[in-house]
Amino acid sequence: MTTSEHPLLQLKGVGKRFGGVVALRDVDLSVRAGQVQVLLGENGAGKSTLVKMIAGVHEPDTGSIEIDGRPVRITSTRDAESHGIATIHQELNLVPTLSVAENITLGRTPSRLGLVDRRGMRKLAQEALDRIGLSVDLDRKVGTLGIARQQLVEIAKALSVDARILILDEPTAALTRTEIAQLFTVVNQLRDHGVGMVFISHHLDEIAEIGDTVTVLRDGAFVDEVPASTPEPELIRLMVGRSIEQLFPRRRPDLGEVLLQVKGLSSEGRFDDVSLQVRRGEVVGLAGLVGAGRTELLRAISGADNYDSGTVAVGGRQVPRHDVAAGVALGLGHVPEDRKTQGLVLGASVEDNVGYATLRSHARGPLADLAGQRRRAHQVSEQLRIRLNDVRQPVRSLSGGNQQKVVFGRWTLAGSQVLLLDEPTRGVDVGAKVEIYELINAVTEAGGAVLLASSELPEVLGMSDRILVMAGGRIVGELTADEATQDSVMSLAVKEVESTRVH
Amino acid sequence: MSTETTTPAKPARTSRQRLGQFLSDNGALVGLVVVVVAMFIATPDFLTTTNLLNVGVQAAVVAILAFGMTYVIVAAGIDLSVGSVAALSAVSAGWIVGQGMPGALGLVAGPLVGLLAGLLSGLATAYGKLPSFIATLAMLSVARGLTLVISGGRPQSMPDEISWLGSRVLGVPVPILVTLVMFAITAFVLNRTVFGRSLYAVGGNEEAARLSGLAVKKLTAAVFALSGLYAGIAGMVLAGRLSSAQPQAAVGYELDAIAAVVIGGASLSGGQGRATGTLIGALVLAVIRNGLNLLNVSSFWQQVVIGLVIALAVGIDVLRRKTS
Repeated sequence: MTTSEHPLLQLKGVGKRFGGVVALRDVDLSVRAGQVQVLLGENGAGKSTLVKMIAGVHEPDTGSIEIDGRPVRITSTRDAESHGIATIHQELNLVPTLSVAENITLGRTPSRLGLVDRRGMRKLAQEALDRIGLSVDLDRKVGTLGIARQQLVEIAKALSVDARILILDEPTAALTRTEIAQLFTVVNQLRDHGVGMVFISHHLDEIAEIGDTVTVLRDGAFVDEVPASTPEPELIRLMVGRSIEQLFPRRRPDLGEVLLQVKGLSSEGRFDDVSLQVRRGEVVGLAGLVGAGRTELLRAISGADNYDSGTVAVGGRQVPRHDVAAGVALGLGHVPEDRKTQGLVLGASVEDNVGYATLRSHARGPLADLAGQRRRAHQVSEQLRIRLNDVRQPVRSLSGGNQQKVVFGRWTLAGSQVLLLDEPTRGVDVGAKVEIYELINAVTEAGGAVLLASSELPEVLGMSDRILVMAGGRIVGELTADEATQDSVMSLAVKEVESTRVH
Repeated sequence: MSTETTTPAKPARTSRQRLGQFLSDNGALVGLVVVVVAMFIATPDFLTTTNLLNVGVQAAVVAILAFGMTYVIVAAGIDLSVGSVAALSAVSAGWIVGQGMPGALGLVAGPLVGLLAGLLSGLATAYGKLPSFIATLAMLSVARGLTLVISGGRPQSMPDEISWLGSRVLGVPVPILVTLVMFAITAFVLNRTVFGRSLYAVGGNEEAARLSGLAVKKLTAAVFALSGLYAGIAGMVLAGRLSSAQPQAAVGYELDAIAAVVIGGASLSGGQGRATGTLIGALVLAVIRNGLNLLNVSSFWQQVVIGLVIALAVGIDVLRRKTS
């Protein structure tokens, strides 16, 4: 703590309307030097609106913002910068084709007589990296760094303009466990240096680890401010407004015959000799570190990518390789890793998006069955409880959880029996997560089979009936739901990486 | 572009809002009305039946090219070859008839040559993984070159079956009728068919479309083949009007076609665009050209004006999207 009696940043009763919609009303937030203030709330609770106010993107309609106890107006991102506020967004603001040094000094590149002063630039960049204790090659192109290091470069860049207030918007969403640990080391250093931070995360377990106090928002309103040591169930209750008895409500139906049969599937450099089967009514989890080959395996099974050898069969009928349409016809449904770039056409309507897989099968000759598409879209959005005003609204305007349900809806309409789920709850809030788990239950209760890949270990453990651990492109172990623990899975995932490596 | 003047004096609030929504959804239409009114004020010669039919005939070739281009742009591609392909089709038709074949065969063969050229661009884009900009830039050159080779650089005379395309039926010029038919077909295909609906998915997000089981490569190839077919038909209309196929015809028409589509509200990043918009876009260009001709503005200055109009139309559209 510093000697200053005022918080670095204080928002008092701020509110914001967009047209007729109240995005935020009467919210208080204070950020103190050397403190990590966690902002918690479901998607649509108003976190991003609040962050955008601090970052100078939106101005509040009501209430006031104070910095060091003095009221200020932040009307542009440049204003925010001059007040020492830096924001690390989920989408990084780096130029992948430029070097680390060029990126860090972008916008204030040192120059002499109009020429880039390379030595000055490297010196500035090196200082910025030193400040957060990051060692990377200054000349390396940023695009060749992993996502975690890119993020750290961005933080270094932000701090090099003397930021005192750092806003981290879901910085851990795309990071592995070790990378998160590296990020948290940096956060702790900055805390010691008196930087005040706002930290947004969907991972409740990170809150106690890194936060000091937690501000909870719900439906655009301030709910409470509690210490970061508050137990998780209580945090969920505050956030969702009701208590969720079970985060992983898995109900196991009786198992039927084998529905998905994968034999000896290999793809050079991606995965090797993978065999597995999933029965009717079963959820099989795929665990493993990032890069273990889970996504590649699911994509190959679905037909999205080609493979070298092996077979995939659904209900005893072989699926031709690299043919998504054939897989869909045989009952495969693939919920890809990234719904925004792979799952959805964001600018298109909900009814179009749920209908892509059934456009041809419901057509009369070359004519699309437009009325039927709309009717089915209504049905499925009701059935899956997709919250929307109109099936004709663009899918972009839905929250993350509802967007994901639209991808599920596509396969519900297609009558898919085998769902290949890749990170099905990434970037989805707790309430919607539980709804997605209930969808998984509904699929298996109706006699379907689910292959679930996720880097959230609690999710794999909580929702799977059987767990396959992948490492280095191979399946290195199988655990039943009862015997699997975080430790038993991780020790398999890590051990094998050391001994066997593809490449 | 003021909306106030067209609003009734004492409108109900909701109907005013509805009108506002309609206008903001149909920016190109508002633009067309503005241009027509401006031309009428500038010269009374503009709003005569003779001249309006003239505008229709002048718009026809670009409009037909632009309908084909609409498929391509909706699917997030671009086709730079349509002008050359139109010329190649016309010259090919002339050559076939010149070999002693019946005129009707020429009329069918011309569009088929266009289809084939488009299909080649499409295959290079879909399966050869060339960017469509490059594949069709190559076709622009190849098609123009073949046009000159086949014709020996000389105009080809057209048989009656093709020259008929330059005549009138019940007082209406045939190019206008062909344009309306092509418009109806395009609107129908884009709105109602599985093929058309799929294009919006492919253009909006190719990977999502592929993972949903849509045959993205076949669709892509088909889109360019269609654009080539439309270019072939446009070539026939152009040759019909002139009663001859000129080897240097339709140079630069691809740019007018792209402009018409974009003025009509399509996005070059794909997933958006309508046949109605494209028709209006083509009419805007034709009205401006025609009006400037009536006003005796030199063709040099006309190019300047057209360029500014394209920038203005798209600029307004970008602003409109940002605010809505």
